[in-house]
Amino acid sequence: MARKFSKVDSIFRFLVLAVASAIVVLTVIYFYVLIKDSAVTLRTGLAFITGSTWNEEKGIFEVLPELYGSVVTSAIALLLGVPVSIGVAIFLSEQCPRRLRFPISFLVEMLAAVPSVVYGLWGLIVLSPLLEYKVYPVAQSYLGFLPIFRGRIFGLNFMTAGIVLAIMMIPIVASISKDALMAVPDSQREASYALGATRSEAVRMSVLKYARPGIIASVFIGFGRAFGETMAVTMLIGGAPDIPKSLFYPGQTLASLIATSYADALTPAYRSAVIEAGLVLLLVSFLANVAARTWIVRVTKGREAASFA
Amino acid sequence: MKATRRIVDKVLLSLTTVAVIIAIVPLVAIIFYVTVKGISAISIGFFTELPPLPASKLQPSPPGGLGNAVQGTLILVGLASAIGVPVGVLSGVYISEYGRNAYGNAIRFLGDTLVGIPSVVTGLLFFGLIVLTFRSYSVIAGSIALGTLMIPIVSNTTAAALQAVPNSLREASSALGVRKWRTSLLIISHAQSSIATGCLLAVARIAGETAPVLLTAGASNYWYSGLGAPIASLTYYIYNYAVSGTSNWVNLAWAGALVLMVVVMGINLVVRLVTRKKYTYG
Repeated sequence: MARKFSKVDSIFRFLVLAVASAIVVLTVIYFYVLIKDSAVTLRTGLAFITGSTWNEEKGIFEVLPELYGSVVTSAIALLLGVPVSIGVAIFLSEQCPRRLRFPISFLVEMLAAVPSVVYGLWGLIVLSPLLEYKVYPVAQSYLGFLPIFRGRIFGLNFMTAGIVLAIMMIPIVASISKDALMAVPDSQREASYALGATRSEAVRMSVLKYARPGIIASVFIGFGRAFGETMAVTMLIGGAPDIPKSLFYPGQTLASLIATSYADALTPAYRSAVIEAGLVLLLVSFLANVAARTWIVRVTKGREAASFA
Repeated sequence: MKATRRIVDKVLLSLTTVAVIIAIVPLVAIIFYVTVKGISAISIGFFTELPPLPASKLQPSPPGGLGNAVQGTLILVGLASAIGVPVGVLSGVYISEYGRNAYGNAIRFLGDTLVGIPSVVTGLLFFGLIVLTFRSYSVIAGSIALGTLMIPIVSNTTAAALQAVPNSLREASSALGVRKWRTSLLIISHAQSSIATGCLLAVARIAGETAPVLLTAGASNYWYSGLGAPIASLTYYIYNYAVSGTSNWVNLAWAGALVLMVVVMGINLVVRLVTRKKYTYG
């Protein structure tokens, strides 16, 4: 028993503890470095995200248009992507024949494996001309009474970026929602059937209600992803730092601002602005993920937190 | 009444089938276009030659290739794995075998959260820390950025793999008086194929990263020229050539996308078909 506290044991324990602490250190470093390196523009306070002036000579850098672009493209992605994702999740968990479950969930998950820059390439060369000439004019003729669908149609715009973001979001939201739906006990479904509910009524009345926290968490995670997605959006949004009324006009997002201007950022104020844009992305995606995880942990009482690895 | 409810039921249930089709069509379209457009631009020279000049009507350009980009991506991913795999696996071991306390839970929580941080932010972090400090894009900065992106992915999949090992094995081992660290090694060896799977998926993930590579490793039109110098990468060329509007460059972008997709999707395909398990990056 005297050898219970062996030397090698404590060395090994210390080793893995030290290495694992890298994750904590890393989290601190993210915030520390980005805050330190954006000191110049941080001093201007909220003007950074509430103003639209971008003047390199005067050293004024404000990113309201970019923030607007990030919010609008993520919102389009959520509006289009979440219903499809939940539909996929319901299909896989409630309706799918056992034999088809693996192949279909496999295909949907493969969407997550496609690199972002390939989405960008495909979106730029295949999808955006299709949308510009075939889809948007039709959409405009029916929905043109809304200001967001009015005016000239540009090839690269908020809508195209949002649509591709929606596609990229589907595998993430669908797979986490599916987990939430599959975790609903069968007794919930049986209780609804016993009351004479049809299948869709059972899903709406009991299954979705029971799985709601997990589904909300999946939407938060999907939002965090869309908000910070860089390459596909950079290639599809057109790169104009404006706040137009129409979704068919080109725009810019915080992430695409970073990707297109980090190399030009030679003055301290410019560089600080680019890095503060990254700080905003870090903060928003961090909070979205923390909210989602807290939700998931609360629902599963911490048991399955690792299953989202 | 009964009939309406049945119709509503049918309609709602078929809507989910439509959702599945909407989700799968883009995947099929992307694979189709990348294959068709990529194959016509690919040749042996793609892997051995340097990028060509932009072609014009007056001045046709030799086909060229992206050999330097293939080389660069292999080097970056290799060095990143040398950082990300050991750190990720060991912290996974801590989370699963030693982390049943508040600190372990905190690490697990932060690891889950870090996976969701946009990769461009990681690029920006090392842009500030390394590129600006040494005044040069470099292989080192690129590898560290990509390695950092691997850590939480590998750590999470490793922890999950270890937790899937039955507890009876740990109990049997300690009942025999085996020390904790040897027991941990036993558990690791028991889960080694799942751990390797997680590492492979992380490799597939970072091989397709673009933004963090641009911000740290920069770009180059030549072959690898040292750890302190910028380097070419497939994703850089796919991005840059896709938006170039020059026909021979756009073709090379498709060819680059095909090579990248074959590797990335290939790893995912094999891993998922063999293990029949689900891995999400969420």
